[in-house]
Amino acid sequence: MKIGILAVQGDYEAHARMLERLGADYVLVRTPEEAAQVEAMILPGGESTTMLKFLKGEGLEAALRVLDARGAAFFGTCAGAILLAREVRAPAQDSLGFADLVITRNAYGRQLASEVRSAPSKLKAEPLEMVFIRAPWIEEIGPGVEVLAREGGRPVLVRDGRILVATFHPELTADTTVHEYFLKLAAERPSFVASESGRASDSGRIASDAGASKFASSQPSTTRPSPMPRR
Amino acid sequence: MDSSNGNANNQWRVKVGLAEMLKGGVIMDVTTAEQARIAEQAGACAVMALERVPADIRKEGGVARMASPRIIREIMNTVSIPVMAKARIGHFAEAQVLEALEVDFIDESEVLTPADEENHIWKHDFKVPFVCGARNLGEALRRIAEGAAMIRTKGEAGSGNIVEAVRHMRAITSEMRRLTTLRGDELVHAAKELAAPLELVREVAQRGKLPVPNFSAGGIATPADAALVRQLGAEAVFVGSGIFKSSDPDKRARAIVKAATHYEDAKAVLEASEELGEAMRGLDVRQLDPKELLQTRGW
Repeated sequence: MKIGILAVQGDYEAHARMLERLGADYVLVRTPEEAAQVEAMILPGGESTTMLKFLKGEGLEAALRVLDARGAAFFGTCAGAILLAREVRAPAQDSLGFADLVITRNAYGRQLASEVRSAPSKLKAEPLEMVFIRAPWIEEIGPGVEVLAREGGRPVLVRDGRILVATFHPELTADTTVHEYFLKLAAERPSFVASESGRASDSGRIASDAGASKFASSQPSTTRPSPMPRR
Repeated sequence: MDSSNGNANNQWRVKVGLAEMLKGGVIMDVTTAEQARIAEQAGACAVMALERVPADIRKEGGVARMASPRIIREIMNTVSIPVMAKARIGHFAEAQVLEALEVDFIDESEVLTPADEENHIWKHDFKVPFVCGARNLGEALRRIAEGAAMIRTKGEAGSGNIVEAVRHMRAITSEMRRLTTLRGDELVHAAKELAAPLELVREVAQRGKLPVPNFSAGGIATPADAALVRQLGAEAVFVGSGIFKSSDPDKRARAIVKAATHYEDAKAVLEASEELGEAMRGLDVRQLDPKELLQTRGW
């Protein structure tokens, strides 16, 4: 299975290094044509306003909506999380709306409030290290959204069906847990290209070899109970 | 760095982490809140707040200092992207003021008149990250040793001429390539020649790249300039005078943002280059008196 990493701006290379470590097949995505060739997408950290320019101006938004309609899995970190949310505040801005979340930008404060923290998660027994950089807050979640980790009482890692959202940067740590979880989630969705199903399960094995049994309590559902209208 | 101390190490990681977030983007010099708004809407990943762009500093002369806090605050209140500001080389008190103002990044910059001709700011003392200019690998590693979380080429600011940024980027990347070919026991001599700490020299020899993001600045005026330095190894670009000294800043800002991302796609850079209006006028660096060069400030 080929994972696309949106590479118009931001820390896309850090995500690429994670996928390399996990032996996953990936491609950097800068054009709609490149987006059409992948079966799951990572939207990295960076500046959401900059990324939004490229989504709006160069046909990438339409390409990502096609992927979503075909049932592709998405994983957004920080700016990527903002792009995936249903509603964005402070300031209000457009978003893809694939995840039933309301998110507030730069909610911890400016760079001086950026910090490395750690908190428990459903993904593994040990606490997860979390790098927050000018991070947003998840203000509200829809009824179909599962909280996988909280920090300071707030959801920071959540899943809306096949859409995974982190307000921190797992790609800036040495821990591959969150990316393994995403690969497993991407592999378990109904394959939108029948001939790809064999390859999809290969990637699934990569994830499960690395201790996926810990994820047993949170198997990705194949359909999302999202109440929001598809745009 | 500072791995003996967990807190210092985590502080270092979030500094470099913000630099990572700016990769692939364009950081634009702005002097007013209105310019900052134009830059953000054009897709800038950050803005540099200053009182005069380098081309005007060059023209008007006098002592160039940190911008007035009022201007910087107005800009911080106008945009949601990170706001950087410049402090004079060695002027740690200006840097303390900028940190108190809560800017997101400080540029210890040769564009301003240096406050200390021997010592740069000891940047590990600050929680806010710093970017510093460099003309070669030794200079880059000395700044990183002092705590810079991002390096940019110095180029020749305010010249609208890419030649110096190209020279500096090629110097840094070719020196890094050479280090990767040396035996371990040859790195001590290399460190002596570079006048840089051995520990950082070894790290570069092992990874083939700087331990912090490596950006380009100084003379970028066109989309093709941005594509050029990106292909030479710059992970993002700073545009100083190039945007707001051109005939149509909004259009030029958008074009350079596009070219910085699609730097390997000549058709996209062509599209970005069409119907742009006039670029800033620019200076032949060879015709400048050596005393007028900004890049020789700092060491």
